Amino acid sequence: MLAKPEQATRPKLLVDGLAKSYGATVALKPTHVAVQPGEFLTLLGPSGSGKTTLLQMISGLVLPTEGRLFVDGSNETDTPVHKRDIGLVFQHYALFPHLTVAENIGFPLKMRGKSRAEVDRQVKGALDMVQLGHLAGRFPRELSGGQQQRVALARCFVYQPSIILMDEPLGALDKKLREHMQFEIKRLHRQTGATIIYVTHDQEEALALSDRICLMNHAMVEQIGPPQEIYSRPRTAFAADFIGISNIFRGRVEIGSGGVAHLSTESGRYRIDGTGLSNNAEMALVVRPEHLELGSTGANEISGRVAEVVYAGSETRLLVDITAGELVTVRVLPGKPLPSIGETIRLSWAPEAAVLVTP
Amino acid sequence: MTATAVTPARAARPNRFRFGPLWLAVPGIAFLLIFFLVPVARLMGLSLEDADTGAMTASHYGRIFETDVYFRVLLITFRIAGLTTLFSLVLGYPLAYWLSRLPDRTRGTMILLVMVPFWTSYLVKSFAWVIVLGRTGVINQIGLGSGLLSQPLELLHNELGVMIGMVHAMVPLAILTMLPVMTGIDRRLTQASGTLGATPAKGFWLVYFPLSLPGAAAAGLLTFISSLGFFIVPALLGGRQQTMLAQLIIVQVQEILNWAFAGALAAMMLAAALITCWVYDRVFGLSSLSGEPSDGKAGKTGFLRALGLAILDRVASISSAVASGSHALLGPAVSSRMLGIYSLMMFAFLMLPTLVVLPIAFTSSQFLEFPPPGYGLEWFRTYFTSDLWVAATIRSFGVAFATAIVATVIGGSAALALARSRSRWRGIIFAFFLAPMIVPRIVIAVGLFYLFAQMGLVATDLGLVIGHTVLALPFAFVAIAAVLKSYDWRLDQAAATLGANRVQALRFVTVPLIKSGLTAAFLFAFITSFDELTVAIFVSGGVKTTLPKQMWDDMILQLNPTLAAVSVVVFIVVTTLLLAAEKLRRST
Repeated sequence: MLAKPEQATRPKLLVDGLAKSYGATVALKPTHVAVQPGEFLTLLGPSGSGKTTLLQMISGLVLPTEGRLFVDGSNETDTPVHKRDIGLVFQHYALFPHLTVAENIGFPLKMRGKSRAEVDRQVKGALDMVQLGHLAGRFPRELSGGQQQRVALARCFVYQPSIILMDEPLGALDKKLREHMQFEIKRLHRQTGATIIYVTHDQEEALALSDRICLMNHAMVEQIGPPQEIYSRPRTAFAADFIGISNIFRGRVEIGSGGVAHLSTESGRYRIDGTGLSNNAEMALVVRPEHLELGSTGANEISGRVAEVVYAGSETRLLVDITAGELVTVRVLPGKPLPSIGETIRLSWAPEAAVLVTP
Repeated sequence: MTATAVTPARAARPNRFRFGPLWLAVPGIAFLLIFFLVPVARLMGLSLEDADTGAMTASHYGRIFETDVYFRVLLITFRIAGLTTLFSLVLGYPLAYWLSRLPDRTRGTMILLVMVPFWTSYLVKSFAWVIVLGRTGVINQIGLGSGLLSQPLELLHNELGVMIGMVHAMVPLAILTMLPVMTGIDRRLTQASGTLGATPAKGFWLVYFPLSLPGAAAAGLLTFISSLGFFIVPALLGGRQQTMLAQLIIVQVQEILNWAFAGALAAMMLAAALITCWVYDRVFGLSSLSGEPSDGKAGKTGFLRALGLAILDRVASISSAVASGSHALLGPAVSSRMLGIYSLMMFAFLMLPTLVVLPIAFTSSQFLEFPPPGYGLEWFRTYFTSDLWVAATIRSFGVAFATAIVATVIGGSAALALARSRSRWRGIIFAFFLAPMIVPRIVIAVGLFYLFAQMGLVATDLGLVIGHTVLALPFAFVAIAAVLKSYDWRLDQAAATLGANRVQALRFVTVPLIKSGLTAAFLFAFITSFDELTVAIFVSGGVKTTLPKQMWDDMILQLNPTLAAVSVVVFIVVTTLLLAAEKLRRST
């Protein structure tokens, strides 16, 4: 479910200019993010982009160098870790090896002074929620990776923190299991209505899970928005490149007489929508592989030699060597005729299908 | 194999894979069998024989319990060893905890402040404590001079003196044993306990402490076993009331020549050591001795575990309350630094007493006065012009050098063998190579003395080298095994596919890559031999004395400033080698 602005009177979590530096190294520049109640927000970015630092500052494990943090409108910047109503699912689960599955899940309840009967009841409920009731007495090392992950989730959901942070929780699992656990996490999110902030460097995971994606790079937020928006309307070349496959043409804006705008690049001159652009501005044009068509039907055209044909199951991708020696990727749906390697072909796209971004 | 007779093709190629790489461990195993297992077993056998008829008898054991004297020594030994263990653990744990939480690089430096006192000769340390604690020692001089004391305190030749010396000697061992387990504890676990709502105090007691227990218990085990066989500290810092078992054994062997009774006493000590090991193995599993996570025996003993968790629950609640109280009382700045301040004090306790020897070595006085009335090089002159001291020094260097080479070669090939082998004998052989560390030195030394007396090796350099190699072997073995643990064996396979035979692969690929481990092993073995006293007491005789033996004889006879000069030289040699070994070990 998407958090609609009108129903969000007050953000669940407000990151107000949080920043962190270690000596001269800046781990995170001043950052502002507002997270709505019940939202699933993903912090996505390459390693070193500051996403884990931001997560750790929200959890309280790392103290910010500057800025403030608000939960439900109250300032929690200096609240010690154990007093925050925030759950954290660690990358490698961080299950206590000397405690059984049930004792691990009961730990946060015990810390909150719950009676033994209450602990037992809630642990049982949490175990059922992740379908691990039969393993309550086992030790973590006796479980498979997927089972350990589910225990970690149960240990976090059991005390119903209003905000749950997840630090690449599926990073250690293989692809098949990862997809299954994504589904599981989505189900838990729907079931509990918790606000979830999720860190990953896997763009597919981010697209599949999130209400909104907060794309990070170089210790700052690059773009924040719903997955569809980030995919179809990236604002920077980095965003376009990081999410999905993109063909990026970098060049200079040329506005001719009559307001007709072109982008002049090494591989050619392309028609663009020049609204709001100034002459000579450095820009980049993003064309997704599915918007490139074989043949000359669109307004913008390039030609090149087919360098490689890559079969990817539901589609086939052509790598085409265009004039400047760079490769563009084209998606060909099944059933369409395929050119052979070495053949020179023409490609075209409609100007409105391409996105102009800052390079 | 019968198959080789049938197929000529096979007969041409001897099947060298059959016994696998374990062959390389054979020299080490044979060495330990002859010079460790047999002598110790023989000594145990002696304790059951009638000296004249050779018939089996338990009379020697009976004698221990017949008179009050021997039985009391037994009790005193256990009491001192037990108290030493307790204090070493309690004092060492917070420092080890503090070290374990430092960033890797800082810890590597700070740990040297534990390594140096660990490898400093017990003789030097005890000598230093005599200077510090004596009637005219440093503490009394300062106390009387400042008017804090009206009369000198009796700090020496009583239980207090022994305990100070023993704890000082054992804390580094305790810390270095528990530290690997502590650094192995995933920091995210305590972080996780925080995010799940545990106060720092509760996180420590409910998560960190139980996970560190195998390390602390291993430290207790090694401290207790080492303390059992101690004689240097009680002899120099204790009085008659603090006579320990090892001293009794020395007297029985050297003065009364009663082998059988010495054997019986040694058997008591060995039994105590082995029982301690057995209990440890039952509870934690011996594998956690090497810093590996235990295989979970502790997790399975249902009742003990439930009891332990319940106790920890209570401790956690109390200390959480205390912590929040002191936090409020002292303020966050002070209470967060308390551990650091404590650690600094512990480092001072470990390092400073030994450094007191320095000014004494340069004193112009005839006596061990502090502070020295004037300074000069007189005592170094005495040292270097004395034939006895110089000969002892040269012998010590020679023996240590030979020991280091032998221990590195046979320990190294054994480590190599075990790293490659998948044999089910692996665990047992591994334990066998560590065994000389577990069996009290005095037991090994007396056993070797008996064997050497029959072989004519007493008072020979060869005898010393053999004896020291037995003691140095575990250190060399562990140092090389540690490097091999992270060695990528695919490199050898790569060398083989590139045409290298086994010897070439070893020579051009493996050895260059583990060179630092080999050198560290060499240096550790060198140090072990260089300040070894127990074997030397028996095996080096008359003029053929080693440096520690000569120091020991002088200390028993009359303390003098020459000893301080010798101590300084020993301290500098050992510390230099140690720092070199550590630097090498780290450069991998």
